[in-house]
Parts: sequence; structure tokens; C-alpha cells
Amino acid sequence: MSFQLEIIHLVANIDAVCNPASFRNPCRKITLKANSMSKTVTIAIVFFAILGGCGKRTNSVTLAGSTAFQPFAEKLADQYMQKNREAAVTVQGGGSAVGIQSAISGAAQIGMADLVQLPEEAKHLNATIVARDGIAVVIHPSNKVSNLTTQQVRDIFNGTVRNWADVGGENRPVTVVSREAGSGTRSSFEQTVGGIALTKEALIQDSNGTIRETVANDVNAVGYLSHGLLNDKIKAVTIDGQECTSAAIAADKYPLVRPIFLLVNGEPQGQVKAFIEYVLSVEGQETLKSNGLIPAR
Amino acid sequence: MALIGEKGVQRILLVTAFSAMSALLLIALFIVNEGVPFMFRYGIQGFLLSSDWDPSSGTFGIFPMIMASLWVTVGALLVGAPLGIAGAVFLSEFAPRPVMRVVKPAIELLAAIPSVVYGFIGVMVLAPLIREVFGGPGLSVLAASIILGIMILPTVISISIDSILAVPQSYREGSLALGATVWQTVHMVTVRAAKSGIIASVILGLGRAIGETMAVIMVAGNAVKIPDSPLDSVRTLTANIALEMSYATGMHREALFATGVVLFVVIIILNTVASVAMRKRAAKK
Repeated sequence: MSFQLEIIHLVANIDAVCNPASFRNPCRKITLKANSMSKTVTIAIVFFAILGGCGKRTNSVTLAGSTAFQPFAEKLADQYMQKNREAAVTVQGGGSAVGIQSAISGAAQIGMADLVQLPEEAKHLNATIVARDGIAVVIHPSNKVSNLTTQQVRDIFNGTVRNWADVGGENRPVTVVSREAGSGTRSSFEQTVGGIALTKEALIQDSNGTIRETVANDVNAVGYLSHGLLNDKIKAVTIDGQECTSAAIAADKYPLVRPIFLLVNGEPQGQVKAFIEYVLSVEGQETLKSNGLIPAR
Repeated sequence: MALIGEKGVQRILLVTAFSAMSALLLIALFIVNEGVPFMFRYGIQGFLLSSDWDPSSGTFGIFPMIMASLWVTVGALLVGAPLGIAGAVFLSEFAPRPVMRVVKPAIELLAAIPSVVYGFIGVMVLAPLIREVFGGPGLSVLAASIILGIMILPTVISISIDSILAVPQSYREGSLALGATVWQTVHMVTVRAAKSGIIASVILGLGRAIGETMAVIMVAGNAVKIPDSPLDSVRTLTANIALEMSYATGMHREALFATGVVLFVVIIILNTVASVAMRKRAAKK
């Protein structure tokens, strides 16, 4: 019994170590306690307590999921931690399916998902739309094609159009680049375009970044990625004459748009609630906007 | 030491020796436990021989991946084995000893380069080159074969050298004394005598090629289809697991474990063949 009490004391002390606000010479305290117990046991417990104690402070928030929203979440987390010194926000990737799963299982307090429609198992989660994101159809900058209709996009990704000449380009084969099954960007893309049964010829890349690299390196390639990740190594085509710009997405003119959800199991509380509120605040939304996402409000 | 005593040390060493084996056993049990029930439920034939892989609609056929692994591995062998064996013959029989002593460790350093670096070189240099010269998407069986061929070189070369050097000097002297030239001695006597070791080196290389993941994901393009030419993009068994594991749940996840079972069985067979070949060599001496 007294042994357990000692452990509780130790953990309490270690909380003090972890929490900079009440930092008061923690080393001396731990050594003091150590004298009252067998040394090896203490050292082992201290190690575990430090590992466990610091990893899970009450103020920590973990986000996991969508690789498309991950860079934005990291930026927001940084800013949030600047303002709230005692908060610790960790951002992990994994994809929208991981976001949903970890929100359900509790592996992360907040799941990030960028799906047009949340799947059945995510219906009970508390979902907040924090932003909207356009999906740009991208090609190599040297490709002459500048506009595709939704139908043409569908035909290209279905594999019925196999040559750029069929959609107004040069006589070159089309290399379709897509994401792996389960990707939020892929399912959003397939749902918004509609009627896509991806061609078996399609190359598969496992992140927005590698899609961008593949398309930038291949003059015949066509892929799709989050609007916020466009750069000058690739060219976004206009869809049905609509350019993939923040303005067009905000005005609901650009057709390929998906919402980005933050998912919480149950009512958000404490730091989780505060972080979501920060994302929705003027400052948070402004950050998203300046980095290429479309604010939710 | 005096505190523990002879018996104690023995026991500690026994435990450490068995920990490696038990790790293998645990991994095997884990994969089998996760994957095999699925295979039976889904139907082994449908799983291994169907070519439809569409996790979202619940069809799991890994035949394209099996074919892809086969193509890529055979390709890697076609690139790596001749280069590696020829290199080993040159270094052990023709090059002056000091040269070999420098070159062999240098080649073994190839094995220390992380596979993601090989993949990166493949994506940035090899794939665009293949696309320019031969057409196709560039990320292909050919690109993967060349990259893997280079990656298995250290295994092939260093084990081949060791087995060629293990051939008794008297064999060579006898052959030369009978009037054979150096080249005749090499290909009719030395390499024949070292044959089982060389075969083992190639099979170990094969094991490495079939198990490689990162570099292959980067350069093979990962399309789920049975290749009809070396310029086609393919997805190997390893790439399939690594690409989709992070998203997979339920049946899909089990299907990926079952993919792992298939891979595990293939690699166990390869390694057994290699060690039998090695043992033959040892028995001959």
C-alpha cells in the first residue's frame, strides 16, 4: 500500500516536472523519494513514469488523418501552441480512413477527414467542417491541354481516353496517376466527378506530394491533388472552364470541392474544444486561407 | 562473472540465442493467425488466382501482385546475377589481391545505402530515361528490375567471392599443370567447384529482391495489373501491403496479412533452397 502511495507521489512530482508552470527543482524531489525505496525499483518507476507521464499530459491534443489537411493542421497547431504555452498539439498523418478510425477508437482525440460523404461508421462522431478544399486536376506544365470537361476527366480516369489528342492535346499516351484505395482525396475525387471506375493502367502513389512529383516528372501524366498543394512544377487544368482558384471554390463555381471535417468522439471538451474553436476563429481561418484552403465561414 | 558462474552464463546466452528465434516464431504466428483464416474464408483459389483487387467492393485477388513480384524478381536476377557473378570471378581470380581487398568492402557498402535512396535515384534518373528511350510511363518493371539488380549486387558478389576463394588452390594448380589456360581453369574448374555457393548467393539475392519494398513502391508505379511488357507499371506483393496497410480495416486488413503469408511462404522456400545449396558445398569439402 505504501509502495503504491510512493508511486503516486512520484507521478505527481513528475507531473510537476512536465508542467513548466510549476517547475521547482524536480531532481531533488525525486532523489528524496528514492531514498525511501529500493533504488533499482525507483529508477525503473521513474523512467516509466517520465515516459508515460510526459507523453500524456492532460493538455495534449492529438490529431490524425487526412494527409491533405495535415500540413495546415501542423501550421495551426504551431500557432495555437505559441498562444497557449501549456498546450501540446500533435499532428499525425495516415489518411482520412485512419482519421475516422482513430477518432472512433480514441487513438487520437481529433480525426481529420476530407471526404465528400462520411462513411456509415463515422455518422455518430461529432463532425465540424473547418474548411473546404478544391481538388485540382494536374498535368505537366509542357502539356498543351488547358481545359477538361467533367466528362473528359471521367473518361481519362476510366481509361476510355488514352491519348492526349482525344482531349485537344498532342499525340501522346495518357499516364493516369491516382491515389491508393482508402485515400480521402481519391474517394472525394471519384465521388465529385462521379462514375469513375479507375483504369487498371493507373499508377498509384500514396500521398499528395508523390502525386505532384510523379506528374512534375512525366510529360504524359495526369493526376489530382489538393488545391492548396499546387505549385509551379505542375499545371492545374480548368474544369468545365472554371479555374481552380480560391475565389472560384469559395463562389461554388469550381466543381471538384470537398469539405474537411474534424471528427471528435462525443462532445468536444477542454483543449480539444479550444483547439477546434481556434481553427474556426478569425485567425485560424485566415491562416487556412493564406495557405490556400477555403475557409468554412 | 564470478557471481554468476559458468552455468549461469550458459543459461543467459541460451536465452539470448532463443530470443531471436522466438521473435521469428512470434512474427510467423502473428501473420499466420491474422492472414490464414481470411484465406480460407475468402477461398484460396479466389485469393491467389483472381486478378481483381478492389478492396472497396470486397474483391481481393492477388494474382497480379504475384505475377508482378515474379517479373520484378526475375528481372532483378537478369540484371544482378550476371554482373555479380562476373564481378566476383574477376575480383577473386584475375584482380590482384590488394585490389580485391579494397573493392570488395566498397561493393559491400552498397548494401548500406538505404533503399529509399535507391528509389529516389530510380524516380529521378532511371524512370525519365526509360520513358524517353522506350516509352511507357517510365515507372515500370524495367526500372524496378534495374534498381533491384543493383541492390542485390553486394549479396551476390560477396558470397560468390567467398565461395570461389574457398575452392582449394590445388584444383587450380592441377588444372594449370594439365595445360589449361587461366580462363579455362576459371570456368571449367574453379567456378564449377564453387557452383553451389554461387547458386546460394543468387538465391539469397532473390530473397532480398522479392522482399524489397520502399524502392519498389517508388519506381514500379504500383498499378494493379498483370504486366505484358517490361515497360508496364506493376505492384508487387510487398508494395501492396505497404501502400494500403495504413488505410485498411476489417477484411481489407486481413487480406493484406494474407498477402504477407504468401510472401512469407515464398521467402521461406527460397531461403531453404539457399541453405541446402550452401550445406551441399560444406559437405563436399
